[in-house]
This record gives sequence, structure tokens and C-alpha cells, in this order.
Amino acid sequence: MSAIYILWLRELKRYTRSRVQLVASLGQPMLYLLVLGFGLGPVFKRAGNGSYLQFVAPGVIGMTILFSSVFSGLGLLWDRQFGFLKETLVAPVSRLQIMIGRTLGGATVAILQGLLVAVICFLAGFRPVNLALAPLAIVFMVLIAIVFAALGVAIGSSLQDMQGFQLIMNFLVLPIYFLSGALFPLDGLGKILSLVTSLDPLSYGVDGMRAVLLNLTHFGAAIDVIVLAIVGSILLVIGAWRFSKIEI
Amino acid sequence: MIRVQNLVKSFGNFTAVNDVSFDVAAGEIFAFLGPNGAGKTTTIKMLTTLLRPNSGAIELDGLNPETHQNEARKRFGIVFQDPSLDGELSAWENMEIHGVLYHVPGKIRHKRAEELLKIFELWERRNDQVKKFSGGMKRRLEIARGFLHTPRILFLDEPTLGLDPQSRNQLWSHVKKVNESERVTVFLTTHYMDEADRVAHRVGIIDHGKLVTVGTPKAIKEQTGTESLEEAFLALTGSTIRDESAGSADQMRQFARMWSGGRR
Repeated sequence: MSAIYILWLRELKRYTRSRVQLVASLGQPMLYLLVLGFGLGPVFKRAGNGSYLQFVAPGVIGMTILFSSVFSGLGLLWDRQFGFLKETLVAPVSRLQIMIGRTLGGATVAILQGLLVAVICFLAGFRPVNLALAPLAIVFMVLIAIVFAALGVAIGSSLQDMQGFQLIMNFLVLPIYFLSGALFPLDGLGKILSLVTSLDPLSYGVDGMRAVLLNLTHFGAAIDVIVLAIVGSILLVIGAWRFSKIEI
Repeated sequence: MIRVQNLVKSFGNFTAVNDVSFDVAAGEIFAFLGPNGAGKTTTIKMLTTLLRPNSGAIELDGLNPETHQNEARKRFGIVFQDPSLDGELSAWENMEIHGVLYHVPGKIRHKRAEELLKIFELWERRNDQVKKFSGGMKRRLEIARGFLHTPRILFLDEPTLGLDPQSRNQLWSHVKKVNESERVTVFLTTHYMDEADRVAHRVGIIDHGKLVTVGTPKAIKEQTGTESLEEAFLALTGSTIRDESAGSADQMRQFARMWSGGRR
């Protein structure tokens, strides 16, 4: 237990200490929020869907958590050769504990990052429909963070070199983001697109947040929780299995 | 303290370690030498539970690391070829995490961390982030950390690579000091023959996965009729240059060097 705790604490300390990184990581969500939020706002309104800023805010929060948690897992690749990971792998601690400590740490950092972006959304003019339900959004933030931190660990444990990183970014992380309904409503899509979006775990995370923040849902909040919990559990098992196979 | 018998490890068709046997006595400093790709790091990885041998037996302080993995791990410390510190954290925090991972109780952990940081001349800088340390300081911290859980054996895989002569000398005098005061067995690899000559009680030379010779530096020089260990080494392993094809780790090493501006 103490091993899990200290590895979790390590991730948090690293996060709070690298201020530059912290500020830099807010750049992208702010671009999406402000440029798309205000840029597409008039078109969205004319289409009769209300405020686009309101609509896109949960999507941007979801994006922040997605990127932050996947990257924490991909960091393994570097850490394995030039970092602390080797030190933990020869310690008298089981690999499962190391993996859990790291994944929880990465997920916690992603949640903090998501909360920070939520505050920025609020400052930009985002208002939840029902303030009493707003804290429930954290449940979805936690679920998204765990799903993608586990995915990150699974991939980070399997890659051999840094070249794979671009591949994962362009063919996995960005598609997960763009096909999640973070930027557009999932209602009334064509067959293929609606099938693909329904296979994307982030769709359920963003939909869940919209359900509690905006009272607007495509799948229904209960389905969202169930899907995220199942996918999260599966990915945790896969992540633990891949992590146990790391050779250094 | 370390007993290796008929150790074999192959990767596909390539036999990295081929029927290697040797013993290292308690309190001894043993240098494991060999050209690039001779099987040094593979042997260390097997000794430290990171790789499983194809056949052969290993004993660390009487324990089989394959069946008693965690018990064996508590008994050795290791300093890797590539750095394994957390640069964002302070020296003290790096020690602290190590202590927790090795189940060293709080009081003992703090006392021993203080002692070791003082011995390795890092105590004044204990609260500084490790990324601000010089290459020599980082290495010293890694070695101090390796001693924290009072291991019986310390493995050092090319610990002085990239350090200037001053730092190298200082590093070895520290290692010698702890070796004498705590009777820790030290198993090291290096490419600097003069270091091995000065520091090690006994030397083993490996080439193409086979152990060529084992003995005191003096005995090896006599055996080959040479003046220095370097000449003896060349006499035993030949002067052909071993060009390894660069693996993914080497590529990343190059990348890391580029980013850290040549500093380790």
C-alpha cells in the first residue's frame, strides 16, 4: 500500500512542480474553447442549438483529461530508459502495485487539469444548468481519467521507441477526441459516423458530463457510467498485463 | 555472496551469455570487464532479476533470485548504465521514495539517508531538484540511494561513463569507503581498465558471452605477461572493434544526449 501511495504522490509532486508544463498544457484547451466557442457560436445559434460555448465546454474538459492521462502513460516509454521506472522495477514491490500507483497518479493529475479547465470555462462564461448537479461531473471526469490512463499505460508499455508516439497521437488520440462528440452533437449523424462515435469511450464521458451539467444527453447518464466502468476495468486489466511484460 | 553456475542466455540465435560460471566472495570488489556486446549488461540483468536465464543457476547471498525474487531484491542495490533518478524531485525525495519501496521503516530511513548524503557530499544540496545536479553529483546520489536499504551486494553498471577524472576518483573512493565500513560486496562493470586495476580485488573478463579469465589484476597481468590491465585486456580479447547495431535504447540515448546538451 505504501508503495502505491508514494508513487501516486510522486506524480502529483511532479505535476505541481513543473509550472511551465502546467501553463503550456492549458494552451490547447483554451484555443478550442475560445476560438471554436466564440467562432462557431453564431452558426450554432442560427441552427437553433443555443450557445456553442455551453455545448463545447464539457468536450474541452474531456479533451484535457484525455490528453493528460494518455500522455502520462506514454511517458513510460521515456521513463523506462532514462528515468525512474527502472528503479521501481527492481524494488521488492510487485509490478501490479507499481502500475496502480502510476495509473492513479496519472489519472489524478488529469482530473486536476480537467478541474482547472473547468474553472477557465466558467470564467469564459460557461454556466451549468443545475449547480446542484455540477459536482456529479467529477464522477465522469474520474471515469474518463481512469479509462485513458489505463489505455496510456497499456500503449506505453508496448511501444519500443519514440517514433511510435506520433503514430499513437495521430491515429488514436486525436481520432478519439474528434470522434467523441466533444465538438459536435451526436444526434442525427449518418450511420457510419454514429457507429464510430458510439465505439469511442470518450463519447460516453463527454455525454455524461453534458447530462449532468447541461441536462443534455444522447446515450443517457446511466448508460454512460456503465460503459465507462466496463471499458475502464478491461483497460486496467490489459494495462496491468502489458506492464508486467515490460523488459528493460 | 554471488555464485553463478553455467549461466546461459540467448536471444533467438544469438547467445549473449554462454556457460558462464564464477563466484564473488562477501566483501569483495569484483570488476566484470569486456568489450561492447560481450554480455556484461545481460549478466547484470540476470543477476538483478530483470531477465530470466535460459539455463544455469544464480545464488545471491544464498538465495535463488528466480524463486525468491523479492527477498533477493532487498539484498542488492543497483546503479544502472542510464540514469534512473527523478529529476523533478529533490535528492532527499529520491532517497525517501527508494526507502519506502524497499520497506525501510521511517526512522531508520531518515537517519541512514542523512548519513549517506553526508558521506557522498550531497547533504547541503539535499533539497535541490536533481535536474540541477551535475553528472557526477547525480551518479553519487544514485550510488548513495543504492546503499540506503543496507544491501549485501551493490551492482554498478558502468557508473563512471561520461564523468571527468575528478568525479571518477571521488566516486570510487566513496564506493571503497562504504565497501570497507559496511562489508558490502561490489560487482561493477567499466570500460576504464585503470579503474578496475585500482579498485577491484578481482577481475573477470568476458568476451563473446564466454568468461575468458578470472583473477586478481596482478595475476591476470602475469598470466598475459603485460604491464597494465589494459594491455592484458587487449591481449585476451583482441583488438577488433565490436560494432553493435544500434537498438532502440541506443537511439533514445542519442536523443537524450542531444536534449541534455552532452551532459549525462
